[in-house]
Amino acid sequence: MEWVDFFLQQLITGLSNGMIIALIAIGYTMVYGIIELINFAHGDLFMLGAFLALTVLGAFGLGDWSGASAWAAVVIMLIASAGFCGALNWGVDRLAYKPLRNASKLSLLVSAIGASFILVNLGLFWGGLPMDVFAGGVAAAAPKDFPALVPNTNLLGDDSLVQFTPKDVLVWAVTVPLMIGLTWIVTRTRLGKAMRATAQNPVAARLMGIDTDRVIGATFLIGGALGGFASVIYSLYNNTISFQMGYRAGMDAFTAAVLGGIGSMPGAVTGALVIGLVRSMSDAYLETRWTNTIVFGILVLILIFRPSGLLGSRAKEKV
Amino acid sequence: MTLQTSMLAAVLALASSASALAQSGTLKIVSSLPRTGSANAQTGTIVNGIKMAIAEVGGKIDGYQIVYEDWDDASPQRGNWDPTVEAQNANKAVTDPTIVGYIGTFNSGAAKIAMPELNKAGLVMISPANTYSGLTKPGMGEANEPTIYRPSGSINYFRVVPTDDLQGAVAAEHVAGSGAKKVFILHDRELYGKGIADVFQKRSKELGVEVAGFEGIDTKASNYKSLCQKVKFSKADAVFFGGTTQSNGGQVAKDLRSVGFTGMLVVPDGCCEEAFIQAAGASNLEGNTFVTFGGLPPAELTGRGAEFREGYRKMFGTDPEAYAVYGYEAARVLLDAIKRAPTKDRAAILKAVSATKDFDGALGTWSFDANGDTTNRVMSINSVKSGKFVFVRRAGDAPVGGAKPE
Repeated sequence: MEWVDFFLQQLITGLSNGMIIALIAIGYTMVYGIIELINFAHGDLFMLGAFLALTVLGAFGLGDWSGASAWAAVVIMLIASAGFCGALNWGVDRLAYKPLRNASKLSLLVSAIGASFILVNLGLFWGGLPMDVFAGGVAAAAPKDFPALVPNTNLLGDDSLVQFTPKDVLVWAVTVPLMIGLTWIVTRTRLGKAMRATAQNPVAARLMGIDTDRVIGATFLIGGALGGFASVIYSLYNNTISFQMGYRAGMDAFTAAVLGGIGSMPGAVTGALVIGLVRSMSDAYLETRWTNTIVFGILVLILIFRPSGLLGSRAKEKV
Repeated sequence: MTLQTSMLAAVLALASSASALAQSGTLKIVSSLPRTGSANAQTGTIVNGIKMAIAEVGGKIDGYQIVYEDWDDASPQRGNWDPTVEAQNANKAVTDPTIVGYIGTFNSGAAKIAMPELNKAGLVMISPANTYSGLTKPGMGEANEPTIYRPSGSINYFRVVPTDDLQGAVAAEHVAGSGAKKVFILHDRELYGKGIADVFQKRSKELGVEVAGFEGIDTKASNYKSLCQKVKFSKADAVFFGGTTQSNGGQVAKDLRSVGFTGMLVVPDGCCEEAFIQAAGASNLEGNTFVTFGGLPPAELTGRGAEFREGYRKMFGTDPEAYAVYGYEAARVLLDAIKRAPTKDRAAILKAVSATKDFDGALGTWSFDANGDTTNRVMSINSVKSGKFVFVRRAGDAPVGGAKPE
């Protein structure tokens, strides 16, 4: 049954794309939950994570990556990008948001847009570095090829029309444990408790002896690190990176966060999976040019009937 | 001749030592090309082509001395063509009555500025390099194009290069010629990309190739896996992408291969750049990917074109670059018209140029059509080998009727 194969295929693609969006969306929703800031720089932070991963890979040399060495490279990139993005996000908060903690929310938003511009241009500069991985840096703005470290072989056999590849496995094998781990941190640890307290009422949290600045810093660190993981997964899945990729990825993730109920982590994941699936079903059964219309149409409808998003009202404790 | 114009002519005559010869027996041809900046490598070779064509007629036609002036339309500040300089050049040409032909421009943007000025003066303009379809073809560009360039209502602009949109037809012929029965068409929803895709679709249907789908992509999407799976499940043998590297052509190529599509992929010259190979990944383009390009590498010219190549080598000591032959052709067709014109004034020469038919040129035998475009549509089809573009064959000599071209 060919149409069944086709449908299953779209399901796989849609869920894989959705999971990548989910990792980025969590970064948005965590920061929003705790300081009510839509961190526009998050998508561009994610982009820089991908550039770092490619640079790390380039430092090892662009050879034939296969088997164990490829998987080792993947692990090294994941750690490097997560660390880099976590630290960078923490730094952005210190420099661009912390001084404005008591200012109006609008100033904070403008500061975030400014940070986003700086990061985009940093990415443009980075792509112009004279490295082999950037094709010598001749065309800084051109999209960069990201080597296919993860094979594209079909795990269901070459005869199967449905393609399920190690790339899809990688996406799930990395994102699901990360989400479980994050849920554990937020619900079971002291830090998680402090985060929830700060999210609910920062003043009361401070009165209870919680160092809210440290907690906010930790939130940025964790959200950024997830963005770093997402950037490596994205790069290995799509095999192209560009200094502009943060805009769309961030837009999708932000939409997912709003769709699920901004501030709610399970909401962000649900929203991201919905967007991933809707995108791929619309691309497959309708026409690609309608896809954005449909995604945002669904967003508008849901916000009309459930203004706090899919899971927004149920999750009373934000973050 | 009024006092004013004769004074002006005298001043101009002083400026150019060559035209200090007998005033009445001098016909001047000028070219307006960017001679400062990065384009100079190509425009220098165009100028050589023009000089060569004039030298071939001995610098004289029917007793008239042919004088050539090489004008620059670039400015050092921009390092590229400059709208102000191009406008000055156009005005200068209009006010000098001895000028009977304007060869240029190199950039389609510059042509937009010069065209209406020269049109009002009825001065013939021949471009060796403009490929933007909207300059001449109704419905291929903005709504007010090309009438906005023709304030006088008649046509004075001609070009010897095939326009962008023709590549769509050549690509369709290549696909049909390979034996493909079903093609899936993608485009980037932009003027250039959709324009080419439209022509591709029309030509494919004429050639009896079934069109499995015609879709505009979201140029900012992170991947096209779902779309490419749709292509694969449609059982198309070939895919045409109307777009550029900037509109994500690289990702389209990459995802087509990643979902296991093994058929032919054809892209237009908007993807004919190193950055496309870099974005798509060389291994994804190896083998069954073809790039059309609106011209021929000089090494592939035959017949009169081969004579041109040899002559050029003898005269300038180097091999001609890609655009040299278009400079040569533009000058030759202009000189030919001057020869045929009964009186040697702008109006008669313009009329003779537009009447050019079955011209025996270095690019083959061709004519100017009603829009001022060349009927020549010789192009090249290239593929990618080891991360470099390689010439595959010449294409588009004559429209084919479903048969294998060549």
